[in-house]
Amino acid sequence: MSQDIYVVIEHLRGQVADISYVMLAAARVLAQGTGGEVVGVLLGHNNQELAGNLAADQVLYLDHPALAEFTSDAYQKTLASLIEEKAPRAVLFGSTSIGADIASVLSARLDLPMVALCRSFSAGGKYVSQICGGKIMAEGELPEPTALVTMIPGDFKPDEGKSDKPPNVTSVAVPALEELRVRLVGYVEPEAGDVDISQESILISVGRGIQTEDNIELAEELAELLGGVVSATRPVVDQGWLPISRLIGKSGKTVKPQLYLALGISGAPEHVEAITDSKMIIAINTDPNAPIFDVAQYGAEVDLLDLTEVLIEMIEEA
Amino acid sequence: MSYDTVKSIVVLLALLIFGFIFLRQVYQLLWLNLQRGQPGPRYGQWGQRFKALIVYVAGEKRLFRIFLPGTAHFFIFWGFVLLFPTILQAIFDGLLAFTGSEFLLPLMDLGPVALLQDLFTLFVIIAVSYDLYVRAIVDPERYQGSHKNEGVRVLIYILTIMVSLLVMNGARINLEADPLAAWRPISMAVGSIFAGLSMTAQVVIEETAYWIHLGVVFLFLIELPGGKHFHVVTSVPAVFLRNLEPRGRLPSAPEFNGDVGVSKAEQFRWRNMLDFYTCTECGRCQDVCPSYNSGLPLSPKLLIMNLRDNMMERGAALSSGSSNGVLNKSLVGDVISEKTLWACTMCYACDQECPLFIEHIVPIVDMRRNQVIEGLVEVELQDALANLGRYGNSFGKSARARARWTRNFKPKLKDARKEKVEYLWFVGDYASYSPSLADITKMTVDVYQKVDLDFGILYEDENNSGNDIRRVGEEGLFEMLVEKNMAAMEKSNFKTIVTTDPHTYNTLKNEYPTLNGHQPVLHYSELLDQLTTSGKLKFSKKLGYKVTYHDPCYLGRYNGVYEAPRRVIEATGCELVEMPRHGDRALCCGAGGGRIWMDEGEVKERASESRIREAVELEGVTAFVVTCPKDVTMYRDAVKTTGYEERLVIMDLIELVHAAMDLDSNDPLA
Amino acid sequence: MNIVVLIKLVPDLVEELTIDDSGTDLERDWLRLIINEFDDHALEQGILLKEQSEGQVTVVAPDTEGVDDVLYAAAARGADKLIKLLGEFEQGVNSHALARASASVVQDLQPDLVLTGVQAHNDLDGSVGPLLAEFLGMPYVGYISGVTVGDKKSIARKEYPGGLIAEMEISLPAVLGIQAAEEPPRYVAISKVRQAMKTATIEEQEIIELDSSGGPTISRMFLPEATERATMIEGDEEEVAAKLVEIFQELGLL
Repeated sequence: MSQDIYVVIEHLRGQVADISYVMLAAARVLAQGTGGEVVGVLLGHNNQELAGNLAADQVLYLDHPALAEFTSDAYQKTLASLIEEKAPRAVLFGSTSIGADIASVLSARLDLPMVALCRSFSAGGKYVSQICGGKIMAEGELPEPTALVTMIPGDFKPDEGKSDKPPNVTSVAVPALEELRVRLVGYVEPEAGDVDISQESILISVGRGIQTEDNIELAEELAELLGGVVSATRPVVDQGWLPISRLIGKSGKTVKPQLYLALGISGAPEHVEAITDSKMIIAINTDPNAPIFDVAQYGAEVDLLDLTEVLIEMIEEA
Repeated sequence: MSYDTVKSIVVLLALLIFGFIFLRQVYQLLWLNLQRGQPGPRYGQWGQRFKALIVYVAGEKRLFRIFLPGTAHFFIFWGFVLLFPTILQAIFDGLLAFTGSEFLLPLMDLGPVALLQDLFTLFVIIAVSYDLYVRAIVDPERYQGSHKNEGVRVLIYILTIMVSLLVMNGARINLEADPLAAWRPISMAVGSIFAGLSMTAQVVIEETAYWIHLGVVFLFLIELPGGKHFHVVTSVPAVFLRNLEPRGRLPSAPEFNGDVGVSKAEQFRWRNMLDFYTCTECGRCQDVCPSYNSGLPLSPKLLIMNLRDNMMERGAALSSGSSNGVLNKSLVGDVISEKTLWACTMCYACDQECPLFIEHIVPIVDMRRNQVIEGLVEVELQDALANLGRYGNSFGKSARARARWTRNFKPKLKDARKEKVEYLWFVGDYASYSPSLADITKMTVDVYQKVDLDFGILYEDENNSGNDIRRVGEEGLFEMLVEKNMAAMEKSNFKTIVTTDPHTYNTLKNEYPTLNGHQPVLHYSELLDQLTTSGKLKFSKKLGYKVTYHDPCYLGRYNGVYEAPRRVIEATGCELVEMPRHGDRALCCGAGGGRIWMDEGEVKERASESRIREAVELEGVTAFVVTCPKDVTMYRDAVKTTGYEERLVIMDLIELVHAAMDLDSNDPLA
Repeated sequence: MNIVVLIKLVPDLVEELTIDDSGTDLERDWLRLIINEFDDHALEQGILLKEQSEGQVTVVAPDTEGVDDVLYAAAARGADKLIKLLGEFEQGVNSHALARASASVVQDLQPDLVLTGVQAHNDLDGSVGPLLAEFLGMPYVGYISGVTVGDKKSIARKEYPGGLIAEMEISLPAVLGIQAAEEPPRYVAISKVRQAMKTATIEEQEIIELDSSGGPTISRMFLPEATERATMIEGDEEEVAAKLVEIFQELGLL
């Protein structure tokens, strides 16, 4: 049993995901309290070089053909034996399509406690999690003996988890991975959208509050006037009102525009995590308690449809 | 065999053959299909029904709403009534030709009767000629989609029947075989055209005209069933048995073997089926339909025609046991497109306009009811219904937040659930939850408090009244909302309900179970009217604006409240200028029938924008007065999108009253 | 095709949330519960699969306020069997407890496929799907937005950021965490739900003990501090719009 903090590195098609760096930065804070090391755990096949810029004290590399790309069964079986053997103080996973698939399985399998939706760790080594769509915070002692933690970004920037100096990489033997019940058939690229919103500098973003498909026209008019593009949150894309190429959020794109105008968006963590790099966020929502107001620079509690109409007029006159 | 014997045999055979064809068609198309239909209510109120026959059938009252065509039809109808005996007479003459003697039907030996018939023959000819001119040259918009060829053909039949009658009569006068010749000036004039010909020629002319006359009559007879002229047979029963329930009261949902609503044409109520047959394809309903005029694919006329045609073809298939694909056509989808079904705003303009009281709204609601049960509802409407079911309002906001708008009022508004009040103010979703209506709601409170009105509200126990939910077809949700509202109202103690929303007004007044045996429900314009008339509400300012007033559908057409708001407007010292389409012709704003919760679809010109354009034509008018929160929303939008904001201010009636009471200086027209 | 859908009710975020006196939990008196949005999608996906290939859908839910209505609505949508877990679920129960409680019930149903929402917003100890999978000895894949089922295997579309999809082949029986059903959840008319209330029955399974170990302890629950709250622009739409135009001009956009 050690005081080390393990970070399960997430990578997809040869790219390390930003959440991995965020977790390394968070792990650093935690490790300072426990006195242990920050250990990156990299599962893959012939891609040890991905460990190159990880800000970890050391990296454990587990190589197996079945681990080349993520599949839940192979990854959880591999990590189970590793965690059981090493018994670190905590293992950090991304609260993502990769991390969330395996963290809870390991909790049940190894009978280890779990904390989800964690944003950061306090000075005393307490976890700080965000639940209820971002409306409620929960804080508590990091459970023992080994805490499995899924993390959401927000309090740490990816750059804080990168390092110029490549860490020490140690190969670790992988258990036999037979009779795997999950197999990756292949990837399906999203349809090439008309625009790449992650490259746009002005985004007019619509959420549930837009109410009907027709009202999106208003947003498009406004976007046109400002030289920007319309983007959306999950509910709007699920209805089919805008293509998935316009989706911002955990399953969509991460954006960093100069101006992000959020119309009728509540600001759930899955969305907010993808816009925190925006230079200016302005939020319009009639719910004064909407979490979006915690990340926006400016906000107003007016009806977004009325506001957009008036705004369009005023800009046309100006 | 003599000519006369042959004549009798031919006429007898023709009568039997054509009569049989006609009766068989009536049996198959009308009787069999109506038998399959759902039962209707018990009929009563016979006095009112007979009166309706006099006013609307004999008097053709609704037809005069379009004056010249209406006048023409009046003469054609009365011509038909007065000249029908001449047709019978002609048949008798034929049947009895072999006896060689004449048999005059009762009244046919009276001079004045002959004169009337003769004159009306001419009137009919004039009317029909006018109608042919309208069809051929004017070709009005309302005939788009109707069977125009059939229309022209029948007019020509009638013309032929009339002319041949005159020729027949003229020939007989020339033959000095008519004792009433002096009473038939028109026929005499026609006869004089060929009076110079020989006696033989006269006989030939008479007999030729006779055969043409009778031949066209029989042709017309078998053309009647199933077409636009079937109304000749069905209009009297249709008008006699029309729905005498209050307009704003929908019938309960029909159930057919566990299926709610109508999914197949034979599931309609037989009374509605009779309506389908009665459609004359005149298109007056189409002309006044706000959806049709905005470019949406709904024509009430085409709807009824399509239902009629589908019902007939299904009836034939079901009776003969063969399917040939007809029975596989879905009612909603193939026969009536979904877009058509959901384009209706339930404004009642079509039902109001139809000269034969055909109900368009009830079949639409019955079809919607089935769609809702099947879950075939578009996503945006689904969301609105889910919100209404869960939170009691269409905004998706917490039920607990309903009364937040009252927070800052001093004194606090009375809680009708706890204390006795005279007036229960049923506030409505829009006034409670929509921030853009907050100013108007506040003014309403100001006015009520200034006149010391003893009123209270239900706070969080108020739910959407359900009017439009019923019209969307979600009968179960409507019932649930009624239960909730009734529970709250039954616990309270009040004398009268007053509401600001005409939709709420309509359903509370007409569709909710009565409280304590009676249901006094007032629209706030009626309340203001009562207060101004009784002197309780006095205005300190005379506003002097030139305004126009838009009659909301559920206040005007549905419930006949036209004068009260107008009296209030005049009492505030404003000059009222009417729009061309006012009163029961007012154009719906387009938000009703649940459409405010739906995708707009592809409109060419919104009904609300058309209305604004109508209003700005009125010289000197600066304000457009409304008395419905949906109108406020729709017209505030429309005045912006048409670019007329500087020209026309949308004002709720309460704003005029508020200004005339000089309650504060926020007068938008000052 | 035997499909089991595990659903639960969570606090409705439309209502205001407050913390109770102990400072470690939500104030439950004012809470209204609503079906977890992702469980709703899981149910819809289950019904869709049942409609495509003959199958049976069983819905399992813990007994919390309002669960009967939700179960009847599920029956009205096409669910064949309804099971309510009786136990001390009123004060909220964590995913570990729910997974343990439902594991034996689900096991007895011998499902080919178990569907549940990929997450719920109040899952402080992670979501119930992966836990249940492990207790049942089944594989788990989450963030699914499309499922086809064959004999002994299923192909699921797993969502990654940026709209990327990974097609995974999974051996059945398996547990899938649904992100979105292939069609948005269908509307069920209230009258149909009312009818279901008369015709459908909810079976009850008593859960003797709830074991919630595996979750964290909460020392403090609080509303996020508005340290960096936005500067709120006051006024009506005109005033707000005017201020926004100013900001846009400052940003050099106009």
